[in-house]
Amino acid sequence: MSVQEQTIAHVHRDDVGARMGMWLFLFTELILFGGMFILYSVYRYKYPEAFHLAAKELNTIIGTFNTAILLTSSLTMALSITAIQRSQKSLSIFFQFLTLVLALGFLINKYFEWSVKFHHGIYPGSETLLAKPSGDIIFFGLYYVMTGLHGLHVIIGMVLISVMMRFTAKGVITSDSYVKLESAGLYWHLVDIIWIFLYPLFYLIT
Amino acid sequence: MEHNQEHVEQKYGYGIYILVWMALIALTAITAAFAGINLGEITIATALVIASIKTYLVLTVFMHLNSESKTFKAFVGVAILFLLISFILLFSDYSFILRN
Amino acid sequence: MSETLTVPINGKHPSYLEYQGKHKGLLGWILSTDHKRIGILYMVSILSFFMVGVTFGFLMRLELIAPGRTIMGPQTYNSFFTLHGVIMIFLFVIPGIPAIFGNFFLPILIGAKDVAFPRLNLFSWYLYIIGGCLAILSIILPGGPADTGWTFYIPYSVRTGSNVIPALMAAFVLGFSSILTGLNFVTTVHRLRAPGMTWFKMPLSIWSFYATAWVQVLATPIIGITLLLVVIERVFGVGIFDPSLGGDPVLYQHLFWIYSHPAVYIMILPAMGVVSEIIPVFARRTIFGYKFIAMSSIAIALFGSLVWAHHMFTVGMSDTAQFVFSLLTMVVAIPSAIKVFNWTATLYKGSIDLSTPLLFVLAFIFQFTIGGLTGVMQGVLSIDIMVHDTSFIVAHFHYVMFGGTGFGLFAALHYWFPKMFGKMYNQKVSKTAFWILFVGFQTLYFPMFIMGWLGMPRRYYDYLPEFHSYHLISTIGSWILITGVLIMFSNLIQALRKGKRITEKNPWGGETLEWKIETPPIHENFIDIPTITEAPYEYKQNEDTVLTDKEAK
Repeated sequence: MSVQEQTIAHVHRDDVGARMGMWLFLFTELILFGGMFILYSVYRYKYPEAFHLAAKELNTIIGTFNTAILLTSSLTMALSITAIQRSQKSLSIFFQFLTLVLALGFLINKYFEWSVKFHHGIYPGSETLLAKPSGDIIFFGLYYVMTGLHGLHVIIGMVLISVMMRFTAKGVITSDSYVKLESAGLYWHLVDIIWIFLYPLFYLIT
Repeated sequence: MEHNQEHVEQKYGYGIYILVWMALIALTAITAAFAGINLGEITIATALVIASIKTYLVLTVFMHLNSESKTFKAFVGVAILFLLISFILLFSDYSFILRN
Repeated sequence: MSETLTVPINGKHPSYLEYQGKHKGLLGWILSTDHKRIGILYMVSILSFFMVGVTFGFLMRLELIAPGRTIMGPQTYNSFFTLHGVIMIFLFVIPGIPAIFGNFFLPILIGAKDVAFPRLNLFSWYLYIIGGCLAILSIILPGGPADTGWTFYIPYSVRTGSNVIPALMAAFVLGFSSILTGLNFVTTVHRLRAPGMTWFKMPLSIWSFYATAWVQVLATPIIGITLLLVVIERVFGVGIFDPSLGGDPVLYQHLFWIYSHPAVYIMILPAMGVVSEIIPVFARRTIFGYKFIAMSSIAIALFGSLVWAHHMFTVGMSDTAQFVFSLLTMVVAIPSAIKVFNWTATLYKGSIDLSTPLLFVLAFIFQFTIGGLTGVMQGVLSIDIMVHDTSFIVAHFHYVMFGGTGFGLFAALHYWFPKMFGKMYNQKVSKTAFWILFVGFQTLYFPMFIMGWLGMPRRYYDYLPEFHSYHLISTIGSWILITGVLIMFSNLIQALRKGKRITEKNPWGGETLEWKIETPPIHENFIDIPTITEAPYEYKQNEDTVLTDKEAK
């Protein structure tokens, strides 16, 4: 092979590999939360009554509403990919933006939920909580940690999606090259899946 | 030489996503309603089964797992299996401890 | 990702060492996404932390040379065995072979130009360095280094005032470094194999790296979340594991070991891969039972994930759990034994060349067998009740982790050194270093089996006079071992600085792809990606020496 041919720069692109990498990363997130679900299930097994009663303190309506919000945000994320596949750039950006709005709505609801609890003196390390039976302390410990870490992942997802919005606007993500948006979508759907399991385990065991 | 998109045909139009979304919302409503009925273990088991169905829908349609190669599906299977087996083995301890 | 083949100078492509990309000098190294340079970065950092870990070990053995206080108080001793464990496990043995040799050689061995995600690869190294810095921080911050043991058991880890949080954060960050490396390797093996290289034409070390990578991806997050939860509990008093808040300390142990047991397979599988690479070359024979060795790597990864609670036989688990985990522990020994049988069968009637790499490999087989068999012993419930938390366990895991993985790493170092650096080391000195290491190793660790059996507890600062002679021998062994380590490393460093330059592509007569490319490799590894037609290790076989089924038993 001649030297001239060898010096031609060429772009190596592997969309399947990129998605594979993202799925593998999602497994780590799945197992990170899986560990906490393991914790939850053991403690629920140990403290069935306490969990049942403590769950009554949570607001099922907000929880259900938040579930619907997150499911819808997964929809808008998926729609944004179809849009860019069809070269409908503005529509894609609009759907990504909707996803962000819904995510923000979720977080605002969470904020209200948590502040109500804090107001009632139920937060980690509080006297009110420490006076309650062990099962309650564990329940709320798990509640705050699991929904807290989930919320952190919602924020990370929002940052990712904002970046994708920018890429779409700037033409980095196009109908020919959208694996970045797909990967961000995958991440977002995982955040949704985790909530799909959190919801019944915390809000519906009354 | 661009060997990029072994890309899947666009099986997913807007319609299918909206259909799946409606199913997800409906399933959520069913779970919430069912939770009001106190059947003890069955209630929570039902909730988990429904959650699994919802997850399956998100995985296969929203996350396009259905149109990916067998390798991806095997990967997901392995990950879920790892979690499940850890779960079951762990409960071999907790379910069988003799309590005084 | 741009793939510009470098312009040859005088018809010769520059090596990866000389290559000048966007950055020059030191920046050209610490900003490089070249898997070979990243492998070297890991080599320097990992071996440096190894020496720190060795130093802690040396000082611990010095304290234990006689009963009572020798050079330090009990609090210091507790911190030292914690740090020794944390550094050796998270900064040396777990990253060890995959980060150095996996990074350097995996792409080459499968005929690729780099890994699937080169920038992520560099990021993994940055995470390693950050984790290392956090570990050092935990030593120097006020509060004193952690004194919980590397296992950080509840409740002491949430009660002690020592620097547990930086140590836990170090482990957390290092965990992510490991996860990203694993993720990279899985994708690379699936997506970047050269044309013609089917799964069963891959070199066996790739099977090992692949199996290891899966364990890294799936198991590491469990310890990530567990340690994070301990940090959260310490900081916010949340109530997760702490028994005074209703938590369950045994649950912590379960979650801890769900990772930390598979972690030992992360440690040993790559070393086994190295052994499978070296034996065919120095016995000049095709490996015996390629498919069995390949499949056993997967089996070890699989079964290794099911046995964790054999670290917990004395904590009060249910009888069911004790029985189940003991049984599974027996099962996991089988694929490892298959490998040992296959290696031995390859050596039998081979044309043995006792070069330094093979010496380390033979020591590996000897030491891994001892370590492995004592592991199976510990899987027996009635034995483990007696030896748990004694020096017997300490000897067991040093035989497998150091005598196994450590020596495997030294073997890899001496095997691949000429290819990586285009220099040859003094082989007389390397063999001398080997023998000193070998003798030192047995002297240091074998007495621990005996005194553990007789009742000497582990992690004890002081001990009864009846154990004195064992400790004395062991400490002298540590001095011999360290002498060997120092000679070995200075020999290699000397070779780097003043060693004989070699440009020979294949000094050892290997049959895998790295021995077909330039010494040292060029930036892109290959000028043309090869098409693979043969299985690896195709040495000419002497028909007379082919084992019949009967002989193999």
